[in-house]
Amino acid sequence: MMRLLRVVRAQLRTSMALAVQYRLEFVVEGLLALLWMGVTLVPLLVVFGTRASVAGWTFPEMLVVLGWFVALKGVLEGSLSPSLLQVVDHVRKGTLDFVLLKPADAQLLVSLAKIEPWRVIDLAGAATIFAIAFRQLGHAPATADVLLAALLLCAAVLVLYSIAILVVSIAFVAVRVDNLLYLFQSVFDVARWPSSVFRGALGFVFTFVLPLALMTTYPALALLGKLTARTAAFAMFGSLAFTAIARAIWVASIRRYTSASS
Amino acid sequence: MRRLLRTYAQFLRTGFASAVAYRAEFLIWMFSTNMPLVMLAIWAAAARSGPVAGYSQQGFAAYYLAALLVRLMTGAWVVWEMTMEIRQGTLALRLLRPVHPMLQWSADNLSAIPMRGIVALPVVGILLWVARAELAHDWFSWLLLCPALLGAWLLYFLVQAIIGTLGLRFESASSIFEAWLGFSNVLSGYLVPIDLFPRAVRELSLVLPFRFQLSYPVELMLGRWSRGEALSLLAAQWAYVAVFLVATRAVWRNGLRHYAAYGG
Repeated sequence: MMRLLRVVRAQLRTSMALAVQYRLEFVVEGLLALLWMGVTLVPLLVVFGTRASVAGWTFPEMLVVLGWFVALKGVLEGSLSPSLLQVVDHVRKGTLDFVLLKPADAQLLVSLAKIEPWRVIDLAGAATIFAIAFRQLGHAPATADVLLAALLLCAAVLVLYSIAILVVSIAFVAVRVDNLLYLFQSVFDVARWPSSVFRGALGFVFTFVLPLALMTTYPALALLGKLTARTAAFAMFGSLAFTAIARAIWVASIRRYTSASS
Repeated sequence: MRRLLRTYAQFLRTGFASAVAYRAEFLIWMFSTNMPLVMLAIWAAAARSGPVAGYSQQGFAAYYLAALLVRLMTGAWVVWEMTMEIRQGTLALRLLRPVHPMLQWSADNLSAIPMRGIVALPVVGILLWVARAELAHDWFSWLLLCPALLGAWLLYFLVQAIIGTLGLRFESASSIFEAWLGFSNVLSGYLVPIDLFPRAVRELSLVLPFRFQLSYPVELMLGRWSRGEALSLLAAQWAYVAVFLVATRAVWRNGLRHYAAYGG
């Protein structure tokens, strides 16, 4: 366990060192992150310019969902996607062998391989959005709710990570579909709305099959103090199960992997 | 001239063949275009209790499906191609050929359109099925849609070409394009129909070129304009195309003078 932590720390340090070499990129990408946050807010502002509540959500409540969305998008595009896109590259070029040869768990090694530290701006932006939302609501969230939301955030990141791992595992089988991760990134855009926006079959898919509801709606409900204990427990259990399945599939596809040139 | 046309036709055939060869990837790229549907979801939810600013649920469906259609049919990716070729130095090979690189790239991007059309067919079907009543009744609008779509594609392609050419002098050309994309998403009517914006934003977006990339062809499909208005808007669109063409030429000539192939 100690060794595991040491590996994680070393990974984080090298990928940070790699990233901060590009100082100009830091500024440019940071500004871009701000711009896109603004773009994300525009539709919401326009919608609530015409309606007081949509699908049972008021504007500040919807802002809380959007806050989680911005934060998770930062995690996804700032560390998960860049790292795992490298795996796809490794598979195509055959250099994954070098990763597999290292005396540490391969999944751990590839998961933190590349970090874009300027996406921290997304987390700061999410915090600002929460602050505005709760100012409009007129009260701060209760401590217990914040703790529950933090717990659910961990669950959300786990699920997000597992889906990314699943997508990459597909890349072992079908090298040709190396842009599958981009497809997932664009599908993730759906998570900016609470799940009650979707009805019928779509609502079911986004809750159980591709659990986007678990990632933004549930943490938002928790922060607002509206999540029942049963749903929270269910979400935690679901995310752990999801992670276990993703791990099993990763291990299975690594075992079947026969390098590029063999 | 005839030789050039023959060469261009061959470029188109080659480009089409490579689009067919990479069909799985191609399809996934197409599916990644889903923002109009994401936006449709929230507006459809907002319009459950009655029309919003003149849009019923069906009206929103028509708008966003048409927007999806226009986006699918007018795609281009030349800016990424250019920045990659500049960085890897393979641009030098392209420059050696006796045909202007812009022509080669444009053929590449243009030749994917038949495949895009096939992917877009189901969208057309759904549009007709869901919101037929919202579409234009005048055949004239549909006639104008062809040059309007071509104009929209040209605008998108030329903007990418201009920004990609800037890559000859700056390293972060693709970041510039990201920024353009951010503004374009808002001001072209891709995320929100322009007429739902507050007045100041609306008036700004009416004069900027963004709307001609998306909103104008969509409005043609929805039959928002009289024949006279539609024609003058088409003229405005093509005026922008002409401006962008001149700009592309100027930027390209200037940039090439500064270009020294990496790794050469």
